[in-house]
Amino acid sequence: MNKDLTDPTKSKIYEALIDQYTSVEPDDPLGSDMILNFGPQHPATHGVLRLVLRLDGERVIGCVPEVGYLHRGYEKLAENMTYHEYIPHTDRLDYLSPLSNNMGFALAVERLTGIEAPPRAQYIRTICSELARISSHLMATGSMAMDVGALTILLWTFREREKLYDIFEVLTGARFTTSYSRIGGVAQDMTEDVEKMIWQFLDYLPEAIQECERLLNRNRIFVERCDMIGIIEPDDAIAYGLTGPNLRGSGVERDLRRDTPYFVYPELDFKVITHQGGDSLARYYVRLDEMYESAKIVRQCLEKIPKGEIHANKPKKVLPSKERVYTRMEEMIHDFMIVNFGIHPPPGEIYSAVENPKGELGFYIQSKGGGVPWRLKIRSPSFVNIQSLPHLLRGVMVSDVVAVIGSLDPVMGEADK
Amino acid sequence: MIAQRAAEKLKERFPDSVLSVSEFREQLLVQVETSAIRDVCLFLRDDEELQFDMAIDVLGADRLVVESTSEKADYINDPFDRQIRSKKQEISMNERFEVIYVLYSNKHKEYVRLKVRVAESGQKVPSVAQVWKSANWAEREAYDMFGIEFEGHPDLRRVYMPEYFEHFPLRKDFPLMGIPGSLPLPDKQ
Repeated sequence: MNKDLTDPTKSKIYEALIDQYTSVEPDDPLGSDMILNFGPQHPATHGVLRLVLRLDGERVIGCVPEVGYLHRGYEKLAENMTYHEYIPHTDRLDYLSPLSNNMGFALAVERLTGIEAPPRAQYIRTICSELARISSHLMATGSMAMDVGALTILLWTFREREKLYDIFEVLTGARFTTSYSRIGGVAQDMTEDVEKMIWQFLDYLPEAIQECERLLNRNRIFVERCDMIGIIEPDDAIAYGLTGPNLRGSGVERDLRRDTPYFVYPELDFKVITHQGGDSLARYYVRLDEMYESAKIVRQCLEKIPKGEIHANKPKKVLPSKERVYTRMEEMIHDFMIVNFGIHPPPGEIYSAVENPKGELGFYIQSKGGGVPWRLKIRSPSFVNIQSLPHLLRGVMVSDVVAVIGSLDPVMGEADK
Repeated sequence: MIAQRAAEKLKERFPDSVLSVSEFREQLLVQVETSAIRDVCLFLRDDEELQFDMAIDVLGADRLVVESTSEKADYINDPFDRQIRSKKQEISMNERFEVIYVLYSNKHKEYVRLKVRVAESGQKVPSVAQVWKSANWAEREAYDMFGIEFEGHPDLRRVYMPEYFEHFPLRKDFPLMGIPGSLPLPDKQ
């Protein structure tokens, strides 16, 4: 092994920092600017994001994000396991909203296989996605406020998330790693107890959000730390491929729930929240308002949800229910075949995307007809959003770096895959 | 369907470069000549009617089918093996890798996909990082995972793996368990 390559000061990441405008040696002690390593172990980087910042005094003049500290090779793993076996791994992508990842993956495989989940399962999926969105946005709001010094909000939003986790526990059997979706349906039916719990939560939620709003919206410290910081114009936001609340914070109306309809979103009435400005504050407002909209969507779903099956009627593709596996021959054979050999979608390749709390979560699946995907690419929103950090951070103060990262709301589990 | 319209326009504008147009589950995939990909992308972005202004994703893929050795032959007959390893299928090394571009038009709210094929070594794909800024890291990831090189990329470094890593992990001939010793631990002080 060449020693030079393992020496961090000779790393290419520093070379990337020197652009056409600056020619100062990064090691030069007498230069007016300095190099600051920010992360990977830093509480404000939301995991293990590393930024190499080039500072002029206290201003950031260059930034190179470095990801990969949490790389677990999920795309390689996917090529070696069946589609059903992969569902638990989608929990670990965006671990703040595992439910919506589950649903996105199941939808992608269903589109590839050509099956459709029955209406009740579709409604349950919509409810799950929106509850996950509320949970993720609560976390984003709390941690962003904490990054600029308001610890109270974090504790309050965590208290609300705790109630959501209680609901997830009764619904899916797990608080955190839910693995709730199945190809062609969901794992188990939603009981009336869960519906009651969700109604109670929805009644309480607006008040809880307003509590946080009262602490933040007219809080001078918070507003001045976020207003006009980390600005990205709509054109740049589109060019950088930002999606989700970060794009809508720049005033671009792009929401896959409305634009490329899936689940039961076309039947529901909701607004696409946008805010002008493109700064940290706008992104914060988008998340706050989206929580109200999500609550509205869940309400409509709970009112409309029909009774019926939760699995599609495709015996060779969809796992049968456990009681039937234990009592019937046919179902037992199918269960054995699906668990051991996979569901064998036809050869072909598709791209399927859903609107996750963080942005567009896409799965590109190449199938060659076997039980396992030939290639499964995860288009993770956080990875693309982090890419825009050099643009957002140009010219801001060092202390604002944490506020900008918090407003982008990246999750490294997803960015590093 | 703007994707169909895009395919038609591409055929008109680049009659020699568009190799095939295929459709699967109502999603269009246009295979184009590798050397023409940047021009095709610029056309799709700047055309008044189409306006594909977002590159949602750029991804690599490996088409290599693992050749069976005599030791592996039993493994192929094993019914519990879930990978498809047909011995007959032979992929030309001149077209081993694929790069797939998933584009999105905010005006029409639709996707279109492009595909190019690349040789195992010696061939470079023209980079589209100057066309869409979001392609920058996506191409870096394709380079990191498959070793596909992009010509004219401003900053082609590895994204996930360390700089000194010598292999390309998502290639089909890279073992799942990894290569022992390829990621050295720090020296004991």
